[in-house]
Amino acid sequence: MQHYWLTLITFFPLLGALVLLLFPREAAEKIRRAALVVALVEFGLSLPLFFWFDANRSGMQFLERYVWISNPPIHYQVGVDGLSLFLILLTTFLTPLAVLASWPITHRVKEFFVLLLVLEAGMLGVFVALDLFLFYVFWEVMLIPMYLLIGIWGHQRRFYAAIKFILYTLAGSLLMLVAIIWLYIQTGTFDLLALYSLRYEMPGLLSLGAERWLFLAFFLAFAIKIPLFPFHTWLPDAHVEAPTAGSVLLAGVLLKMGAYGLLRFCLPLFPNATREFAPAISALAIIGILYGALVALVQPDMKKLIAFSSIAHMGFIVLGIMAMNVISVQGAIYQMLSHGISTAMLFLLAGMLYDRRHTHLISEFGGLATPMPVLSSFLLLACLSSLGLPLLNGFVGEFLILLGVFEANVVHAALATFGVVLAAVYLLWMYQRVAFGQVSDVNKTLPDVSRRELAILIPLAVLVVWMGVFSPMFTRRMESTTKRILFQAQSPHYQLAESVDTLEAKE
Amino acid sequence: MLDFLWLIPALPLLSAFVLGVVGWRLSKRAICTLGVGSVGLSFAASLGMAWAFFQLAPEQIPIRSSYFTWLAAGNFQVEVGFYLDQLSLLMVLVVTGVGWLIHIYSIGYMAHEGGTYRFFAYMNLFTFFMLLLVLAGDYALLFVGWEGVGLCSYLLIGFYFLRDSASDAGKKAFIVNRLGDFGFLLALFLLFRTFGSLDFDIVFGRAAVLPAESFSPGQAGVLTAIALLLLVGAIGKSAQLPLYVWLPDAMEGPTPVSALIHAATMVTAGIYMIARSHILFAHAPLALAAVATIGCLTAFYAATIGLVQTDIKKVLAYSTVSQLGYMFLGLGVGAFTAGIFHLMTHAFFKALLFLAAGSVIHAMNGQQDIGKMGALRRKIPYTYWTFLIATLAIVGVPGFSGFFSKDEILWRTFETGNQVLWLLALVAAALTSFYMFRLVFLVFHGQARYTPETARQIRESPRVMTWPLVALAVLALAGGWVGIPAALGGANRLARFLEPVFASSHALVQAQGQTILHSHEWELALMGLTALLAATGMGVAYAFYILNPELANNLAQTLRRPYQVLVRKYYVDELYFAAVVRPLHWLSERVFWQAVDVRIVDGAVNATASRARDLGRWARRLQSGNARSYAAWVVVGAVVILSYFVFS
Repeated sequence: MQHYWLTLITFFPLLGALVLLLFPREAAEKIRRAALVVALVEFGLSLPLFFWFDANRSGMQFLERYVWISNPPIHYQVGVDGLSLFLILLTTFLTPLAVLASWPITHRVKEFFVLLLVLEAGMLGVFVALDLFLFYVFWEVMLIPMYLLIGIWGHQRRFYAAIKFILYTLAGSLLMLVAIIWLYIQTGTFDLLALYSLRYEMPGLLSLGAERWLFLAFFLAFAIKIPLFPFHTWLPDAHVEAPTAGSVLLAGVLLKMGAYGLLRFCLPLFPNATREFAPAISALAIIGILYGALVALVQPDMKKLIAFSSIAHMGFIVLGIMAMNVISVQGAIYQMLSHGISTAMLFLLAGMLYDRRHTHLISEFGGLATPMPVLSSFLLLACLSSLGLPLLNGFVGEFLILLGVFEANVVHAALATFGVVLAAVYLLWMYQRVAFGQVSDVNKTLPDVSRRELAILIPLAVLVVWMGVFSPMFTRRMESTTKRILFQAQSPHYQLAESVDTLEAKE
Repeated sequence: MLDFLWLIPALPLLSAFVLGVVGWRLSKRAICTLGVGSVGLSFAASLGMAWAFFQLAPEQIPIRSSYFTWLAAGNFQVEVGFYLDQLSLLMVLVVTGVGWLIHIYSIGYMAHEGGTYRFFAYMNLFTFFMLLLVLAGDYALLFVGWEGVGLCSYLLIGFYFLRDSASDAGKKAFIVNRLGDFGFLLALFLLFRTFGSLDFDIVFGRAAVLPAESFSPGQAGVLTAIALLLLVGAIGKSAQLPLYVWLPDAMEGPTPVSALIHAATMVTAGIYMIARSHILFAHAPLALAAVATIGCLTAFYAATIGLVQTDIKKVLAYSTVSQLGYMFLGLGVGAFTAGIFHLMTHAFFKALLFLAAGSVIHAMNGQQDIGKMGALRRKIPYTYWTFLIATLAIVGVPGFSGFFSKDEILWRTFETGNQVLWLLALVAAALTSFYMFRLVFLVFHGQARYTPETARQIRESPRVMTWPLVALAVLALAGGWVGIPAALGGANRLARFLEPVFASSHALVQAQGQTILHSHEWELALMGLTALLAATGMGVAYAFYILNPELANNLAQTLRRPYQVLVRKYYVDELYFAAVVRPLHWLSERVFWQAVDVRIVDGAVNATASRARDLGRWARRLQSGNARSYAAWVVVGAVVILSYFVFS
């Protein structure tokens, strides 16, 4: 049973999308419900992974491997470790919420939900793929539904934003494709696990020069996705123009793929180049932390503010990864998850306000705590979680990252810690301008949260507190994997005995 | 009994949760019962714990408990667990005891306000975090409480969120505190790097065996760095120079909040944290000197501002800043017990001052300007007498609680050879006496400066408010008797009670300082001097505001410049605005966003895109659909490829 589980959860949304295609175009309500059912079943299917996952094993679990194309040798190879486990769960958790948040969509309902489910399958594929070619396919496949979601269901400047998004990302991924092919020519394989082992069996396989170029090609693709300063300008536009569901999955999941890629490919495959470039990348991350926070401070648009805050928060993650110690990297993985939750919550709330007022401008609101106390309370919780209040999710990741970074570099840690101060400034100021003060006549009659919206917000709120209080439940499952990745990034003689053994046993 | 230690913080937390989730459905009566009852039960539990604690043998202290793991990554681990020793027990009793009285008072004070459930939910949540802060057995957990009380402070300052000034003040408090947290966080990182843990037992155990560090900044080591960073955190939370600016603004919150959070408990968290870290500070003489200097300067500085403020709560706020400065001074000269002693008595008399001030405001229907009060003595007698007792306590009239604690700080400052600091603190004490009696005379004595209609409406507060005033008045009067010094024939029980906690550090500080052991005669003489100065302050206030009310105005006219400087609080808020807030805003908006982001980065991206488009247009011309031109291109291509192979 467990042997096919990953394939099942990866393709189930696709299956759901196919079923959705059978629905008549006019049956909007049925389509919405069907999409919700698919997304919820998918989440249910993914949950067992959490319990089946063996936290003590550092290698890949639930491995599946079939030949896809025999020449060149491309495999359908999927597996999960402590890094991808939570990203998969994050994806399956956020998708039903995104579906629920898309209830108000009335334009081309069928296409919308089909694309949403295709997008989910694509994202899951990225996280489970363990073959470079397969990874690349999923990586590109996922772009298309996101491009369409922004371009068709977006707001006023949606074409500009969609095209900017796709060009930016394509520019990065084309370089990655070249690197993947080059790597294949050098090594004769696309198999990531085989590459992991090769890297240590034949340390001289790649010259340092070649490693540098390969690293840079992969890194650029990931840096754009994260996005790292100065590759970030697609993000604010994409977020502002995207429909709520698009923003949620973009910020919640897509951005994480960049950080995921660093840990999955750059550190283990190009350890020397990573170490060489780490100081420069850390510097960019710190610039991103402070720059993102300062620019967020002056944004008049709520979604843009959240977008710039994402740039700052993702900076923490990159900084944690580049410090390359167990605490900071675990913190970074945790923060990937946590940022997915907090930012999704912020975007969902911004979307709920948009549904009521058709604007994201902060100045249009004010005093919302009076007509909508419940929504304001959730907004406060989301802000507090994002600014890293202890006992909420955001604190754990940031604290671990900073603690780890401090061991590596005091100045980096001090500068990044200052970013924590700034987060309080822009978030609380935003909250004040939205929720406090006298309420204007337009806003006076706005309804408070509906049941559907509560169904979105309560699971998020529970998770925000749960992750903040019981973090070891998550970090313990990341620890072995983190240690393995760091070992790969450092020692040239490490053998992935476990995963290689399992592979041979299966073949 | 002590196995149930978790009950003390859990009760208010539970109540906060219930009130926060279903509070809006409950009746006012149910809300008050829950909100006040939970803290009352928590206080009862604390008394029970205290009783059990006294049965323990000395070697069983501190009590450690552990419930679950909060953080775990690599070799870093934080347990949620408590640490009960004499110091935390005292703090728990103060927090729950004074907190309970303030909760009771709030029933009356908030009776006519909306959102009672919100108020009590926040107050209970605050109590929980404050208890977590003082019971934490680990710096990370202490930080949780530290941030949590900051959050509740934010929420309660902004309780009247319809008023912009209130929400501004809440935000300011949170952000200024975050600046302090910047230091605190770095201290935590450095602690972990140095000791490999944030657990109190491990940190203090490992720090205790290290040698004391040098006083000179060039040679001071990691302990000094840690202590100074912790001090930055404490400065933020306990409103010391230069981060005190949030506390006076925090008076925008309801008055019981000012009493509980901004006088009795939360603002003393910095003092508690330094006292808790006494081993680190005792090893870092430079940091200790910084604590004393900052405290003393703040005590004096805030007192000067307090002289001229006209809002009753603002005067008390500056007075709180000033008194917190005294506590810092006590800690800084190595008299940890004295600092904690003053923390305790201050909790009694300052909570009382605020509650009584609240009762005045309540009676005056929201009026806070002391220029529009006067002659309230007979109209609100309970408030008057309790306010007077608290004033006598803060001023340091012999026999009242503040006398013993403040005097111990002054004496220990003098004794340890810090004559300059001592003199400054002494002057501040005289100033305290002046501004406090100015308040008493302007509010309760002299002429009524309001209309007869207003006068007719003035009523004493209901019993639910006056009863806590009386209880606190008893404490403000007698609370100091646990610490009567030997010079006055007392046993100083409090010092003996706390001695096991601080013994090693007291010894260490004494060993490195140039303590001149003065005699009891000296101590008595200085005591007399302080009392005399307090009386002088009172006398001057009497002359200014009762004998000749014109005198104060005339003086303000003559010394207009310095007077304005004080009224405008040395222009510090304006300075921060001009030097920090505005440039940061400008930098973010004009430079980073509009220049870097939009013009440079996006400009480059768009330029690349249009180059690509031009290229596409050019390439499109090649695709003319004309077969002959295609053929020509094929020939050109073939020639290029051939020449490559031929010539390479």
